[in-house]
Amino acid sequence: MSNGREDNFIIGGVRRMGAIFLFLFRLLAQSVPALGRPGLIIAQIYNAGGRSLIIIMLCGLFVGMVLGLQGFQLLQRFGSEEALGSAAALGLLKELGPVVTALLFAGRAGTALTSEIGLMRATDQLTAMEIMSVDPLRYVAAPRFLGGVIAMPLLAAIFSLIGLFGAQLIGVQLMHVDQGAFWSQLQGAVGIRDITEGFVKSCVFGVACSLIAVHEGYNAAPTAAGVGLATTRTVVASSVMTLLLDYVLTAFFL
Amino acid sequence: MRDVHYAVDGRAIFSGLNIQARRGRITAIMGPSGTGKTTLLRLITAQIAANSGSVSVLGQELSKADKAEIYSLRRRMGMLFQNGALLTDISVFENVAFPVRENTDLPEPLIRRLVLAKLQAVGLRGAAELMPASLSGGMARRVALARAIVMDPEILIYDEPFVGLDPISMGVILRLIKQMNVALGITSVVVSHDVHELATIADESYLLSGGKVAAHGTPQELDHSASEVVHQFMSGEADGPVAFHYPASDYFEQLLTDTEP
Repeated sequence: MSNGREDNFIIGGVRRMGAIFLFLFRLLAQSVPALGRPGLIIAQIYNAGGRSLIIIMLCGLFVGMVLGLQGFQLLQRFGSEEALGSAAALGLLKELGPVVTALLFAGRAGTALTSEIGLMRATDQLTAMEIMSVDPLRYVAAPRFLGGVIAMPLLAAIFSLIGLFGAQLIGVQLMHVDQGAFWSQLQGAVGIRDITEGFVKSCVFGVACSLIAVHEGYNAAPTAAGVGLATTRTVVASSVMTLLLDYVLTAFFL
Repeated sequence: MRDVHYAVDGRAIFSGLNIQARRGRITAIMGPSGTGKTTLLRLITAQIAANSGSVSVLGQELSKADKAEIYSLRRRMGMLFQNGALLTDISVFENVAFPVRENTDLPEPLIRRLVLAKLQAVGLRGAAELMPASLSGGMARRVALARAIVMDPEILIYDEPFVGLDPISMGVILRLIKQMNVALGITSVVVSHDVHELATIADESYLLSGGKVAAHGTPQELDHSASEVVHQFMSGEADGPVAFHYPASDYFEQLLTDTEP
């Protein structure tokens, strides 16, 4: 039997989800006119994507190297080290690439988006726009949302490529797996369906993480504590949502 | 504004507020902190809606206006925010050009001339390429004023324009408010609690207290008002009808009890 507190928690959760979906619809409606301002979107692709590039490449390299090590150790037990290329590629393209990129994106670009928009709210910049007859959803929120959505698959692709390089570095250069076998096994195992799965996942994660970051910033309480709380919520909600959506999408693609 | 009632979480901010700002005049809205002066500006600019009563700006009843009509009305208004509210990621020039770029299709050379003219009017043409972060408080307020007048508004609203300014910057802003009113014929509504500064430029003043207009008239009339609230406010007395202490239980009784806080 539920008590009042649980009811409030459930009702609060449903309200919050409703508010986020309403915000998404308003954002999508404003994204159409925002597409006519490519300069604003390109600037946000750079902000969300370009500035995350180093951390994505660095993490991709290390994740790939770990995959190379662990994969080699495991596959060696069955005498099939040559399958390292296909194992690393499938792991990176279908799972690790999109998921780890989304988690890093939430921590790097998501927090930056939330705190930037939250501070604009706290310093009356969004209100000033409204008074100047400029809809902040169109000028501020939509370009940042679109920038994040476009940047995520690109970052995930770069993460996977660098990760593959890292796996190859360990497997072929360090553990002396045959280079020809590594690449040919990879080529044989990875199909267009696997690439599509990774691409769809990174697009969905891009929508979810960018939406959460922009929504939290846009609705942050206009105080230092409010912006801080909104930033924390962005990281937590984006991470949980990424893992939840990953399960749903993986089940869908099976 | 006629018989305006507005409450937040059941707490009445305004209960039967009546204010009229005459065309082409400077109207000062004064009152102690927490009397809802900024809320009043939010009502005038349609950021919030009154619970009841009528708020009419430039002949348009705000409660009957849809979003497009409100945006259209706002193009005829300018507002100077307390902190300037400049967009921090673009330069001074781009800040002033922002409303023009967003609301008109004017060619770039014309926008340039317009922006430079407005910056010249506030004495900051030389700061056009600076970023807002490198401006002093007074300069930021002047840039915000240039931005507020760049669309040639019919009504200009000032939210606490003198807060945190040194005497020189305050004098500059005072002169600019008067200049905008005299030279451009802009109807001005100035919300502030700087009594003496406002007295030098305002044609008419309203003093708010307890959610209503406590007094109204020229600054000189307010100075000679018999009302205790007006007298306390105009002479800056710490205690009076507006109490120094926030309502609380008996001090000694509270000290002798163990309960928190």
